[in-house]
Amino acid sequence: MTGGASWTLPLPPADRATLHYANGVVRCAGDWTLDGLEDFDSRLPSDLPSSSALTVDGAGIQSIDTIGALRLLTLIADLERAGGAVRLINLREEHQALLDLLKERLAAAGTATAPQPPNRLEQLGRRVAFQTAHIIQFLAFVGEAAASFIRLAVHPQRFRWRALFSDIETAGVNALPIVALLAFMMGVVIAYQGGQQLQAYGANIFIVELVALTMLRELAPLITAIIVAGRTGSSYTAQIGTMQVTEEVDALRTIGIRPMDLLVLPKLLALMIALPLLTVFADALSVLGGMVMAQALLEVSFQDFLDRFPQVVTPTSFLLGVGKAPVFAAIIALVGCYQGFQVRGGADSVGRQTTVSVVQSIFLVIAADALFSIVLGGVGLWR
Amino acid sequence: MALNSAANDPVIVVRDLQTRFGETIIHQHLDLTVQRGEIVALVGGSGSGKTTLLRAIILLLEPSAGSIQLFGQEIVGISESVAFRLRRRFGMLFQQGALFSSLNVRENVAMPLREHTRLPARRINEIADLKIALAGLPADAGNKLPGELSGGMLKRAALARALALDPALLFLDEPTAGLDPVSAGAFDELVVQLKESLGLTVVMVTHDLDTLWQATDRVAFLGERRVIGYAPMAELTRAEHPLIQAYFEGPRGRAAREQSCKAR
Repeated sequence: MTGGASWTLPLPPADRATLHYANGVVRCAGDWTLDGLEDFDSRLPSDLPSSSALTVDGAGIQSIDTIGALRLLTLIADLERAGGAVRLINLREEHQALLDLLKERLAAAGTATAPQPPNRLEQLGRRVAFQTAHIIQFLAFVGEAAASFIRLAVHPQRFRWRALFSDIETAGVNALPIVALLAFMMGVVIAYQGGQQLQAYGANIFIVELVALTMLRELAPLITAIIVAGRTGSSYTAQIGTMQVTEEVDALRTIGIRPMDLLVLPKLLALMIALPLLTVFADALSVLGGMVMAQALLEVSFQDFLDRFPQVVTPTSFLLGVGKAPVFAAIIALVGCYQGFQVRGGADSVGRQTTVSVVQSIFLVIAADALFSIVLGGVGLWR
Repeated sequence: MALNSAANDPVIVVRDLQTRFGETIIHQHLDLTVQRGEIVALVGGSGSGKTTLLRAIILLLEPSAGSIQLFGQEIVGISESVAFRLRRRFGMLFQQGALFSSLNVRENVAMPLREHTRLPARRINEIADLKIALAGLPADAGNKLPGELSGGMLKRAALARALALDPALLFLDEPTAGLDPVSAGAFDELVVQLKESLGLTVVMVTHDLDTLWQATDRVAFLGERRVIGYAPMAELTRAEHPLIQAYFEGPRGRAAREQSCKAR
């Protein structure tokens, strides 16, 4: 190291900043720096000297940084509030210069007006207006998607087929393992829980009805939709949201490409194709899970199970289950994309909208499923 | 951090540095020394490794060979605890500001203070407000989220955070990029003023020729994977290396020089 100065590594030990009070004079000493001041407040006596004329002597201050200068200013302000006039003397020239710079900057900045928190009624009103606006915006978004869809039907050559196929691969093909595992386990669980009850009545063979109908009509479409909402809906939101943050969406608009055509329609169609196929796959795997359990627990062999299966499962049951899937797919894709476009600002907003997207799409999927049950039950299609 | 510092006291010493991304070698046999109290700019064509060098110095990137000393402390291969204490002594202004979008400006500035000191919350808020004022922002800006600020205000808010711990060493990555000429000029002035009143050492990456003329003490020119010229601006522009010539002898380079000669 050259020169006379030395560094102590990695931090130099600082002399603590100190105050010494005697005969109307407050003497400051030590390092009035971040390091020297760290425990300054805890060492400060609770009662400051109050006198009508105090002198603060800064001669002992060895070094000062902005944090020290600020502490000195607040100390003087505190002393003035407790007593009367305070005079600052013997400060080194460069220390005084720093103090002056701080005073000037603080004066230039002015004082912040603390934002008034709105009262309860105003908060409620704002929430209602906010949510209503969101519902209207979402409906407008769905309408815009439908209009794009019609444009596509008129000019199919303009459609982005490549985006469609790659979306089908990521949303459908890549989801096969997780859907297989969860559907199989659902089949096992239903067969196990129901099987114990059936065994008590000696009605073992009815396990076929139980597994086949619950799975094909309700659980397989629902569980697949929930997996896809968590897996794909969230990624749609995150992708579009990040593009929104980096202004890629605006870039698309300036080039003359509708974000709806490039980002939403292929995703929507891809999911409406992939989700029914995934549902059929889940149907098969969950029935297999039920069969395995039936053989292990209820002595219903694969042969018996498969013989009875076509007798109890009508094509209508199967088609109604699979038929719900495109509706679920549309909900997931539209909510996911819509929430992506709602991202404003930065990373924080992407995370928030992704959460909202998954929660809303799962909620809407289950609500739609309930609606299906009521409507289809009402027109007698379940039987 | 004393104000009256001795000159000839190196804060950064880079020796024989090599950095690489996979097969691509960014720096080879690079040497650089920054004295205390200097404002040094790193310049060079795009892709000459300016930001990479900065990232290596601020412990974000491990060099593949060579040595870097910060305040006399070797930083290649140091332990995380030493690195943590060292990080307290420098501030970094990132090119895009890199303010945390979920926190308001005051909370952003207070974050390094909360992380590195045991000061009471009231003092931390006072200090944060001071830094916001020092960076030239109005006091109201403290309550705003980064998303609500304009580009120039964002840079100032980021500078306030970089200054939070009263660092002895300040790194700036393209501080005036994207600012209008008035804001850019004011930013240069602010950096010089802070350097003079706080005794800061400043290392910046910049393409702004006006900044180079107005605000720097020395300029290091990066090219051919090393520093090929390191001198005060007036001297550097007379260097004979073809890369340096090409960089400064364009119409913009000449205009900025004439401008600065007139100003003097």
